[in-house]
Amino acid sequence: MKDAKTMTIILHSGDLDKVYSALILGTGALSMGMNVSIFFTFWGLERLKKGKLAAGGLSKMNFLGLGKRMMSSRMKKARVESLDTLMKDFKNLGGRVIACEMTMGVMGISKDDLDQTIIDEYGAVGAYLKEAMRSDINLFI
Amino acid sequence: MRKVDCLGKTCPKPLIEARKAMRDAQPGEIIEIVGDHPPSKKEIPMAVELLGHELLGIEESGGVWTIRIRKK
Repeated sequence: MKDAKTMTIILHSGDLDKVYSALILGTGALSMGMNVSIFFTFWGLERLKKGKLAAGGLSKMNFLGLGKRMMSSRMKKARVESLDTLMKDFKNLGGRVIACEMTMGVMGISKDDLDQTIIDEYGAVGAYLKEAMRSDINLFI
Repeated sequence: MRKVDCLGKTCPKPLIEARKAMRDAQPGEIIEIVGDHPPSKKEIPMAVELLGHELLGIEESGGVWTIRIRKK
């Protein structure tokens, strides 16, 4: 859609609950007909490593992983979709994933460490700003 | 006519599946979405309106709702 509204999200956190927030908002906005890009940076970039999308702990009450286990079982009971499913839907609906190159440099992460099948672009602050300056919603998570 | 079964699915999955169906349907085709997650019953019509399709009706009985849409 040419005149579609746009949302950009900076996912700075790698915490499980925050990755959920980003992907639920992202897939929701795509479903409403918006264009969406998520810029994975700092701890968020860790979640783009192969098989690590759901590897984060909880941002609060993690209790060395115990809280995460409780939350995961409650989410399963409430039939919340897995992060892998949400990411698949995000991509299926045309959502864009941008990996922060600057973070890759700082943390010594190479492209081979990352799940390249889901990444659309590698970029730094300029890549984000180029999209953010013409977007209708900007979120920092 | 395209049917989407979202029974037992929670937010945002019914909305996502509704969106996929609206994208994949032929113009004029009718889409029927069935689910039981209450917030989705409100969200899907919002998406229908924003995407410019036609909401034909919403029915509910015993906690199960059916939303019918015609793709523009």
